[in-house]
Amino acid sequence: MSHHIVEFKDVFFHYPDGTEALRGINFRITHGESVGIVGANGAGKSTLLQHMNGYLMPTLGIVTIGDCRLSAKTRQEIRRKVGIVFQNPDDQLFMPTVFDDVAFGPLNLGLDEVSVRARVMKALGMVNGLALQDKPPHHLSAGQKSSVAIASVMAMEPDILAMDEPAASLDPRSRRLLIVLLNTFKHSKLIASHDLDLILDVCERCIVIGNGTVVADGPSAEILSNRTLLEENSLELPLSLQRR
Amino acid sequence: MTFDETYFDIGRLDRLSYRDTCVHRLDPRAKVIVTMLFLITVISFPNYEVAALVPFALFPVLLLTLGEIPARFILRKVLLVSPFALLIGIFNPFLDTRTAIVIAGLPISAGLLSFLSILLKFALTVSATLLLIATTSFPGVCHALRQLRFPALFVSQLQFLYRYLFVLMEEAMRIIRARDMRSFGKRGAGLKVFVRLIGILFLRTVDRAERIYYAMLSRGFQGDIPSLKRSHLAAADLVFMAMTIAFLGVFRYFRITEGIGRLAQELIG
Repeated sequence: MSHHIVEFKDVFFHYPDGTEALRGINFRITHGESVGIVGANGAGKSTLLQHMNGYLMPTLGIVTIGDCRLSAKTRQEIRRKVGIVFQNPDDQLFMPTVFDDVAFGPLNLGLDEVSVRARVMKALGMVNGLALQDKPPHHLSAGQKSSVAIASVMAMEPDILAMDEPAASLDPRSRRLLIVLLNTFKHSKLIASHDLDLILDVCERCIVIGNGTVVADGPSAEILSNRTLLEENSLELPLSLQRR
Repeated sequence: MTFDETYFDIGRLDRLSYRDTCVHRLDPRAKVIVTMLFLITVISFPNYEVAALVPFALFPVLLLTLGEIPARFILRKVLLVSPFALLIGIFNPFLDTRTAIVIAGLPISAGLLSFLSILLKFALTVSATLLLIATTSFPGVCHALRQLRFPALFVSQLQFLYRYLFVLMEEAMRIIRARDMRSFGKRGAGLKVFVRLIGILFLRTVDRAERIYYAMLSRGFQGDIPSLKRSHLAAADLVFMAMTIAFLGVFRYFRITEGIGRLAQELIG
């Protein structure tokens, strides 16, 4: 199936202030693959994710999602295909109740009331959040917030799921539940994170970004056990591989 | 009151609204309509009216009792905003010194009457509004406003205000804590630092707004916040509305207080 493909071809991006965030990124992700994006702070991970649905447009180069080349015209269409989960769930949950928030995406897709309700229930069920539907987001714990944030994206039924530091504010138990949850999704996944153990558990492939380019790209097990490569990029071996 | 206390106070008002009593269960639309009618009726009384306003206190008192809202909490809030009303009316007794009525040989000036009238109207309207918020979840109120055809832009502003009030206050609380932990005595707590804190808070808010907008775009936002119908007006809501409207009408157009007074006089005489 070609519509779950993500391709970056010589993508350059610099911010208006001149900062060069991406300097020729190349990769291709095929249907159902789950890929971890790792790298030092400021390496360009978040910038890269923001290209996934056209919030940022490449200064140079081509981003292709499915059969669609990213441009100002195809942006809306691409946003239906790519769901992005943000690092801070407070930015993501902007509606006054959990139900409204999860319903926001499907309503924007123009679905009718019955299917919107069905989607909200399905998405909340996926993250064990059905009991939360009438709560306002500020009454939720950080773990609950991030589950709801995931549900709000899942309700759009995206082909491709992109996440920025999904486990950053979670306690170990919530983090474990998240890993289990992520492993049940059969979408193409892109996960940017410093949590290398999470990447090791969820992603079969791993891309190391350094200084705005792809430094390494290969099977997670191989890349995440390469101590020199990781240390060159301000990373270290995942804790589970640090048996000394 | 310190910043933390103010924060938890607002949080308390919010938590009250998620209780489950017969008042809380009423449809938000019914409560919004009734509260608006109540406000209009109270304000519609002429400047010098005092006696006829008193019976209207029945409405907030009933909501308070049935909704199990702590009276002191609401009273404190009313007192908190009372300086506005006080300032508006405080000079009336001195400017308008005509004698309006004489009670037990004591002349009462028209200015004093209008001052009392302002205070009463203020207390009634503010407490009724506070009680609406305390007995109805804010999303419920917004939803009701939308269903009552208030402009979408206005309602979505309210929704965002509610959603991010708490986030913003937590942000401010963190900044203030960070300052307090590193400032000793008066140093570091001055106006100059405060102004900078406000600046930082503003910049953070702008950044956040941008991220939120990105989140909205990512989920297909195209300028209108859609919403689903949720509540249905039940028989109880209609009864509640009918009763309150009847109450408002009777107390507005019949001089109940006077009537009770006459009746008492006749009984005595």
